[in-house]
Amino acid sequence: MKDRGPLPFQAPLIVVIALIALLPLAPVASAWITSFNYIGLFALVALGLVLLIGSANMLSFGQAAFVGLGAYTTALVTTLAGLSPWLGLVLGWLVTGIAAYLIGLITRRLSGHYLAIATMAVGMAIYFAFANLEVLGKNDGLNALPHLSILGFSFERSERMYYVIWGTVALAALGVRNLLSSRIGRAMRALALGDTMPEANGIDTARLKVLTFVLAALLASTSGWLYAHLQRAVSPIPFGLTHGTEYVFMTVLGGASSVWGAILGAGLFVLLDDVLRNLLPRLLGGDGHYELVALGVMLIVILQRARDGLWPFLARRMTEYRLAEAPAQAPVLPARPRPAPGEPVLEARGLQKRFGGLVAVSNVSFDIKAGEILALIGPNGAGKSTTFDLVTSVQRLSAGEVSFRGTKISDLPSRAVFALGVGRTFQHANLLPNMSVLENAALGAHLRGDGHAIGDVLASASRLNRAEERKLLHEAAKQLDRVGLGDSLYTAAGNLALGQQRLAEIARALCGDPTLLLLDEPAAGLRYFEKVALSSLLHQLRSEGMSILLVEHDMEFLMELADRVIVMDFGRLIASGTPEQVQNDPAVRRAYLGD
Amino acid sequence: MNPTVALLLAQDGIATGAIYALLAMALVLVFAVTRIPFIPIGEFVVYTALTLIAIQANQVPRTVWLLIIVGCVAFIADVAAFIRERERAPGGGTAPLWFSAAQNLLLPAAIAAIAMLLSQKPRIMPLDMLMAVLIVVPLAPMIYRLAYQPLVSANPLVLFMVSIAVHFVMIGLGLNLFGPDGDRAEPYADWQLELGGQIVRGQVVMVLAATAALTVILYVFFARTVPGKALRAVAVNRVGAQLVGIGTAASGKLALTLAALIAALCGLLISPGVTLNYLSGELIGLKGFVAAVLGGFVSYPLAVVGAFIVSLLESYTSFWASALKEVIVFSLIVPILLLRTFLSRPDMGEH
Repeated sequence: MKDRGPLPFQAPLIVVIALIALLPLAPVASAWITSFNYIGLFALVALGLVLLIGSANMLSFGQAAFVGLGAYTTALVTTLAGLSPWLGLVLGWLVTGIAAYLIGLITRRLSGHYLAIATMAVGMAIYFAFANLEVLGKNDGLNALPHLSILGFSFERSERMYYVIWGTVALAALGVRNLLSSRIGRAMRALALGDTMPEANGIDTARLKVLTFVLAALLASTSGWLYAHLQRAVSPIPFGLTHGTEYVFMTVLGGASSVWGAILGAGLFVLLDDVLRNLLPRLLGGDGHYELVALGVMLIVILQRARDGLWPFLARRMTEYRLAEAPAQAPVLPARPRPAPGEPVLEARGLQKRFGGLVAVSNVSFDIKAGEILALIGPNGAGKSTTFDLVTSVQRLSAGEVSFRGTKISDLPSRAVFALGVGRTFQHANLLPNMSVLENAALGAHLRGDGHAIGDVLASASRLNRAEERKLLHEAAKQLDRVGLGDSLYTAAGNLALGQQRLAEIARALCGDPTLLLLDEPAAGLRYFEKVALSSLLHQLRSEGMSILLVEHDMEFLMELADRVIVMDFGRLIASGTPEQVQNDPAVRRAYLGD
Repeated sequence: MNPTVALLLAQDGIATGAIYALLAMALVLVFAVTRIPFIPIGEFVVYTALTLIAIQANQVPRTVWLLIIVGCVAFIADVAAFIRERERAPGGGTAPLWFSAAQNLLLPAAIAAIAMLLSQKPRIMPLDMLMAVLIVVPLAPMIYRLAYQPLVSANPLVLFMVSIAVHFVMIGLGLNLFGPDGDRAEPYADWQLELGGQIVRGQVVMVLAATAALTVILYVFFARTVPGKALRAVAVNRVGAQLVGIGTAASGKLALTLAALIAALCGLLISPGVTLNYLSGELIGLKGFVAAVLGGFVSYPLAVVGAFIVSLLESYTSFWASALKEVIVFSLIVPILLLRTFLSRPDMGEH
């Protein structure tokens, strides 16, 4: 992402959009209109896959079945019941939404494979239902659907449907883009790193996965509705697994990480499919699904050579504009009241973690008071990071109990622990490499958004969440500035040095307005002056009443900073006290230097 | 439904279940070793069956040419990788090309020669079956080389997409190789058994016997032989296995070859019983998948249980509601996934 002011649109894109808008006015063959209608229909489905594949690291081969649910629902509603197509649209959303919700529900806690398999199997079931149910016309399908019309204005001619389709694509593309650059969208994109990091930032990943999947299905359903009223007939063939795979193919071809990639992919696919269907049989002779072979081979090559698809190659030549921009001024987010200095904040009692027969953490107890910096040290493998995970519920305790400000937190999921005010960083920085540093930090403020009467998704898609976004991004910029990354807001996080990535994680944790901050080796990889700056930041946070638990190997850094030190070795606590006491403790010396 | 019909359906279900069980075990094996959801497994079933049918019709099966062409492409890929490696580290240790040449060029050529030689001779069924297996199974390591090997460290979902791409490439080629029409192979077990008043078809007996034998062979392979133990080591800990010298590529090729071999045997076993065409593999493979999901792709016994649930349901629904047979069988994924959720502990961060 380049550090340049935001441009609403880039010149080449304006030309493309203008061409698409003007196409039906030009004297072109109707075949062109038909092709572009299909591109629009496919692009709608691909936009859903941008949410799934490109953002949330989810995979579905069942989008064609969802298209089918949308198409068949409106077909039934309009032909058998004789109702309005608009009712068909809404009922189609309902049917598809429920189906997707159920699939999402049963796979949300399982790893990504299961969703992909479930979409294949359920997609098959839906396809065979279309092809075998009497009421759906079996293999012949349903015919004589009405055309769309609004207030007597008919969209019967395909030039007119063209505008309905591409108008929908434009709305959907804008909506998806807006969504992805919002609080909810950032959380969706965070799913790409697995569940641990998002959960530790207060994000309910299971719920978010279901939501993402349902949204993608609704886009597919919309495409099906448009298709049904464009063709004015439906039959099972376009809704099978082959087509479900084609949607994945075109999304990956164009580039799953941007809405433009989805549209580009749909366009290229229609073009390619046409060429391959006509050309290959003539070249190679005989009958064969050559286009299936060619598309399959191309998909493999793209996945091996250019996994981000073709769009990034084009986009590199254009000016990038920022997905999210920090405003100079914004209302301050409400902060939680700090506990009085000296008030107990965290009590860990008898923490224990067993992995099979191995005891990683054994009977560890400690307290942290408000406005205190407690350092946790010990040789490698002593169980320090595991202790962190136990305190923040990232890993389950085998025995023991953790309470935070009087509430027992050891049975809560890590997102609930975060919500109570326990922020953390990870030993291995867990940032989204392709996301800007600003947006990465803003993930930490996920729980500090506003409620929206029309729902978070609609508010984000329509940009009615501007005030919220301004506050969150301003907060993120402020915290980044505090940790010394104020100049790198729009750098991709993957381009930061390792030490700076740790600082960005601290900023992300601070965005959650924590009462207690757990930092896992924050100074590792930092240069001397950066360490000094970090040290003064932590001093300052302490003076504001924050408590800090710190794992660190840099003793010089620690001894100057920590109020108290606890020492772990082989999973147990072997010493605790002031830095001086610990430094002179014979057991500690033995642990570090050997006998 | 009277008891006779019920028993007949059960017989069908058990015979099909044995096939699904073998496929599900092969899927678990490939997934454990490589993290690849090997969707094209159904195509190996069908390719073998249709190759056998071509051989039995005194033809040179066209799969022979496919084997030769894919072998050439795989060899070219190996040569290109060899040159790249040498440029990067001149004189460094590179995999020798002669092995690739033997596997990708010589072996297909030899198989093609034998196939042509035998095509005009009188038919001997076991020999024909062996030929069909020999022609189809060597495709598996080549496919691993071309499609999967460049992606060993990729996101699991990328492997999923590649698998479905391979699946469609094989379907597309299948139409060209075998034509659109379905066919059956000649029966290999034309006899019947009477068991407590119930007539049991010879083919069913053979399928069950072969499944049992194959299960034992697989068990011995994994428990007793070095390659089998190596595969188990990779399945348990890939990095650890690499450190003790078990290569990712070699184990991946071996796993896919074994899976293809199991699938090929399934193809032989079912080829006289059902009419197969180039598309049939999709449904067979996917049902193996649904079965494997019950075991979470790690448990062989649960995969077998899943296979019999799928096949018995299939068998009885084909009687009760034949039009909706596939709908019901594939909807089985829903309760299976629910069971899976209860069986698995919450796996935070495991991706």
